[in-house]
Amino acid sequence: MGEDQLAEWAVETRELVKTYGKVEAVRGIDLSVRPGEIFGFLGPNGAGKSTTIGILCTLTEPTAGRALVGGIDVVRDPGSVRARIGLVFQDTTLDDQLTARENLEFHAFLYDVPRWERRRRIDRVLEMVDLRERAGSLVRTFSGGMKRRLEIARGILHSPYVLFLDEPTLGLDPQTRNRIWEYLHDLRRREGITIFMTTHYMDEAEFCDRIAIIDHGRIVAQGSPAELKGLVGGDVITLRTRDDGGALEQIRQRFGLEPAIDPGGLRLEVRDGAGFVPRLLRELTVPVDRVTLSRPSLDDVFLKLTGHAIRDEEVGMRDRMRGMAVRWRGARGRR
Amino acid sequence: MEAIAARPRRTAVDSRRASVLAVYVIWKRDVIRYWRDRVRLVGALAQPLLFLVILGTGLASALRGAGGFGGLDYQQFMYPGIIGMAVLFTSVFSAMSIVWDREFGFLREVLVAPIDRSAVAVGKALGGATQATVQGLVLLALAPLVGVRPTPLAVLELIGLIFCLSFALASVGVAVAARMESMMGFQFVINFMVQPAFFLSGAMFPLTGLPGWMTVLTRIDPLAYGVDPLRRVVLAANGTPAAALDRLSLTVAGAPVAIWAEVGILVGFGLVALSAAIWSFRRRA
Repeated sequence: MGEDQLAEWAVETRELVKTYGKVEAVRGIDLSVRPGEIFGFLGPNGAGKSTTIGILCTLTEPTAGRALVGGIDVVRDPGSVRARIGLVFQDTTLDDQLTARENLEFHAFLYDVPRWERRRRIDRVLEMVDLRERAGSLVRTFSGGMKRRLEIARGILHSPYVLFLDEPTLGLDPQTRNRIWEYLHDLRRREGITIFMTTHYMDEAEFCDRIAIIDHGRIVAQGSPAELKGLVGGDVITLRTRDDGGALEQIRQRFGLEPAIDPGGLRLEVRDGAGFVPRLLRELTVPVDRVTLSRPSLDDVFLKLTGHAIRDEEVGMRDRMRGMAVRWRGARGRR
Repeated sequence: MEAIAARPRRTAVDSRRASVLAVYVIWKRDVIRYWRDRVRLVGALAQPLLFLVILGTGLASALRGAGGFGGLDYQQFMYPGIIGMAVLFTSVFSAMSIVWDREFGFLREVLVAPIDRSAVAVGKALGGATQATVQGLVLLALAPLVGVRPTPLAVLELIGLIFCLSFALASVGVAVAARMESMMGFQFVINFMVQPAFFLSGAMFPLTGLPGWMTVLTRIDPLAYGVDPLRRVVLAANGTPAAALDRLSLTVAGAPVAIWAEVGILVGFGLVALSAAIWSFRRRA
């Protein structure tokens, strides 16, 4: 593989399949990730996200299909792929008996970061995630958010071409989640690094440049958040009037639309909501009390594409259990 | 702040070079953790000292009453065995940290790195060997306590022997730990491997005149080939006549085994175990 050969796609998969016995975890996935973008891989737990990321990181062998990272085949040359990627796993992979700096030094050796660059680079990534002051503290004393930040710092220490993050914000409080996102955007802006991440938080997908939605091992949609929202059919307008029956009739006649009658009033989907509302108010002779205009959320997109809501209750349960497991391990680790 | 990598690195990491560095840094991590955990360092001395001081004194007194122990001081006889015990437990515990690392996820950080997996086995075996050697040396420093005063040359020989034994046992430990999925198996390893290895090693009694089945078991115990040369050097340095030494020594097919042969067996054992460990690490994802 030539040194200066630029891959058209940072990550590319073609008809990727992974089966475990009779279980089809991944059923023919095509992904194309552009260099330098934040790509979100969305779906409920068990949809095949972690399996796909495992294949891309050379930890799992695909049953069929191809996967390229930076133009390199993950099956044919896993070593070269490993050297070019950074990883942040769902569960922490830090040594909590070592200090933050020692963890980073360990990593620098594993990835052969040149001796003269080691210290400078470690200082810089620590600064980037605001952990410079805690460099000498044992990781054992860190909060969950600090650990995750340290792992992100470690993931980029060897200047990877693609940074993979598996649920980087899982189990973190909203404030910490926002900070992690700030770091990731910062990273992309400064380093031009490609970020590939999985999440099941629909609201987080808004922060991505492009997303792919996976359900039951298949990609159901791929595109920018705005494009995907376009699939829902436009904006949602809810109208409350003095005479809903009259308004309904007028809307039918003047705009050829078929509003639904909701408990909250009349509900209609239009392409350009912001442009439509003034026209609507001008044309209607019925007195209007209130108009609400809302843009579709990715939850709406997911619901529309898969026919079911992302399974939040189940996710919440797993999060809690994971949190308990981490606390239990932490208590045992301190012995 | 300037960019860390305005142009992300596309050149491959030199895998062979990274693997050598990995051996070093995996070893170094073990040493840092060992040194930082000094409570454990001291705690690991408790068991050998209990054996040496209490059991040793008690048995020595009982044997004196029963007509002696072939003209030898029993405590001095068991002292090299206790060094072997400290080495055995330290190297096995250190290797078990692999299972711990697997459970806590840290092992993954190593397994996804662009290095040859053999580096993990070699680094871990050397790390365990270093810790066990240090533990053995601490016990060696206690020699005057049991009336043993080795010459400087004997001390050098003992250090070499302790290292060879440490390497062999740490490698076995790594080979076992590489296949273990959880700490559940740990108690099993202690009860069915570590303790029998200790009892069969000749640490507490001479390996001569035993029933046939037990003789066979003692001869396949790697620790036996470590305790025996340690004992010969310790007792010879203390003025025990050669004839008495030969009577106590490990024999295979009726003939005493030479020290160099025992060292060869230890190193060979270590290398075979290390190869098995490397094979296990390369095979698993």
